[in-house]
Amino acid sequence: MSAPSGLLPLDALDSRGSYRVRRSARPSGWLIPVALGVVVLLAFMPGIVSSGDTSLLINVFVLLTISTMWNLLAGYAGMVSIGQQAFIGLGAYAVVVGSINGMEPFTVIPIAAVVSALIAIPISLLVFRTKGGYFAIATWVVASAAQLVISSITSIGGGTGHPIPGLSSLSPSQFANISYWSALAVVVIALAISYLVLRSRLGLVLAAVRDDEDGARAAGARVVLARHAVFLVAALGCGAAGAVLAVSQLQVQPASAFSVQWSAEIIFVTLIGGMGTMEGPIIGTIIYFALQQNLAQHGAWYLIIVGAVAVAVAIWFPRGLWGTLTKRLRFEFFPVGYVVAPDKRVATRLRVPESAPETAVAGDR
Amino acid sequence: MTWLNAILQGILLGGFYALFACGLSLLFGVMGIINLAHGDFAVIAGYVAVVLVPSTHLPMVWGFLVVVPIFALGGYLLQRTLFQTALSRGDPLTILLVTFGLSIITENALLQAFTANGQSINIGGIIADSINPNNVISISDVSLAVLIVAVVLLAGLQLMLSRTSMGRQIRAVADDREAAELVGIDHRHVFGIAAAIALATVALAGLASGMISEFAPTTGTSNLLFAFEAVVIGGIGSLWGTLVGGIVLGIAQQIGAQINPAYQILAGHVVFLAVLAFRSRGLFAVREAA
Repeated sequence: MSAPSGLLPLDALDSRGSYRVRRSARPSGWLIPVALGVVVLLAFMPGIVSSGDTSLLINVFVLLTISTMWNLLAGYAGMVSIGQQAFIGLGAYAVVVGSINGMEPFTVIPIAAVVSALIAIPISLLVFRTKGGYFAIATWVVASAAQLVISSITSIGGGTGHPIPGLSSLSPSQFANISYWSALAVVVIALAISYLVLRSRLGLVLAAVRDDEDGARAAGARVVLARHAVFLVAALGCGAAGAVLAVSQLQVQPASAFSVQWSAEIIFVTLIGGMGTMEGPIIGTIIYFALQQNLAQHGAWYLIIVGAVAVAVAIWFPRGLWGTLTKRLRFEFFPVGYVVAPDKRVATRLRVPESAPETAVAGDR
Repeated sequence: MTWLNAILQGILLGGFYALFACGLSLLFGVMGIINLAHGDFAVIAGYVAVVLVPSTHLPMVWGFLVVVPIFALGGYLLQRTLFQTALSRGDPLTILLVTFGLSIITENALLQAFTANGQSINIGGIIADSINPNNVISISDVSLAVLIVAVVLLAGLQLMLSRTSMGRQIRAVADDREAAELVGIDHRHVFGIAAAIALATVALAGLASGMISEFAPTTGTSNLLFAFEAVVIGGIGSLWGTLVGGIVLGIAQQIGAQINPAYQILAGHVVFLAVLAFRSRGLFAVREAA
């Protein structure tokens, strides 16, 4: 994959004085208070808005979770998957299996996430033999195969799907609230994990791999390990999202849980917002649902507009809306990139330092 | 004998997959474009035939004389405008998002214009004709014709790529765009020609699919995954590979269906994944994946 245009050209690193590598934006002291405030506000939403709006917000959180995970994979690790619906479906069916066996459906959600990640291990061994376009198609085939295998098991409903038992003890409003809070918890954890991964050594290795895989290998980055790690994290997040979806909808159908439509939405949301930025999927998800809420009554025309937006953004805003904005404003809500600048504070934006990324970050943290 | 029949039906089905995958293979192999709108283009071909051919008083079987030139021209124009702009951004994801957007636009515009009802291209009694060497084996004339078209087309294109001047230019641009520019090749024109050929084959595939079965605005994506599988099994950059890949996939699906009808598609996936596991670049790859 080619280097992003934000990469510092080599000739900018001339011999004048020493250089520092630091975060692309100040570790915003107000990030944590603002984020906490938003989460607390969202947590009180069920008491403020109607139940229709909370179930809409569940869908928002689910899409944001899986898009954030895909962004880790594609935007940072350079692995464009069209098969994340495999883990959404597997997470959903883990809830089916757990609740059939008498477990409390909501408590199965974290277990479902772990199950998805465990199944991702053998899958990663297979699909990692490929890269680029082959990888995209291989993941899609794996997802389709997973759907067909699940559909052939009659004890979990076969092709027609299965309801989630064990929820009848909750009142409708209790159920709606707990579903909502589960979805909120999952998306908050997904964003937090994404932020921590990207600020960690692993995130640095991922960005280095994305920008120049050979260079990263030469600098001693453990590329294969990093890729496996992020694939498992993505499976974990998608599995949790699928589990939330299954519980909140009270039933699972293989054709919808494993639908390639998920990948379509993920790609739309992430690329519209800006791939390779944490804010991108958030902006993209908001745009996607804003379009849906305002235009869905126009039926086919709504989707024609969605398609046209996708084409227009791809052509005119190839970095996505947030990616374009942040380049102009030099502002990041989640500072996870790096800059290399001469000590004189002449900052030039840079995602990854040009040489020996690992030592560079070790010295800076 | 039923197994022999399954293999024969698999080869026939594989011919259709190979025909369907031909344009995908060219765009993927030459330009590195993963065209998510490929299946929808084939569906458009079906609708163009249904709408335009009756007014020309040609028999439906000869509809390709109308549709293929339209698609070839459309392919050239599409490449020179939208695809070229997307490719010039230098990020493979740009073109992925563009074709994805085109796919959504196409499906829903067709839905708006023609409703979700299935249509088919009516070629009269020919569709029922078949060769029956015994009472188990039955080879449909139309399917056999599709297989022959696929073999002739892919063989012809492979020869064109390896023997003609335009073929050499296409391969040169696919291998190293800058070097090809240095020796005076206009890569945009070459890409346009490749896209014209690709879209012409998509039109043929769409017509074949409309004759063999029904099509509707959203049926395009259902064959897309099989076409991708055929391309990857065969290996990027080899049209022979795409032919073999289609036939391998077709045979795998028909043998799976023979074991249990529910296993048809799964059997194809298993063979695809097995090929990736043992030959991760496909059977006949000439190049690394884009």
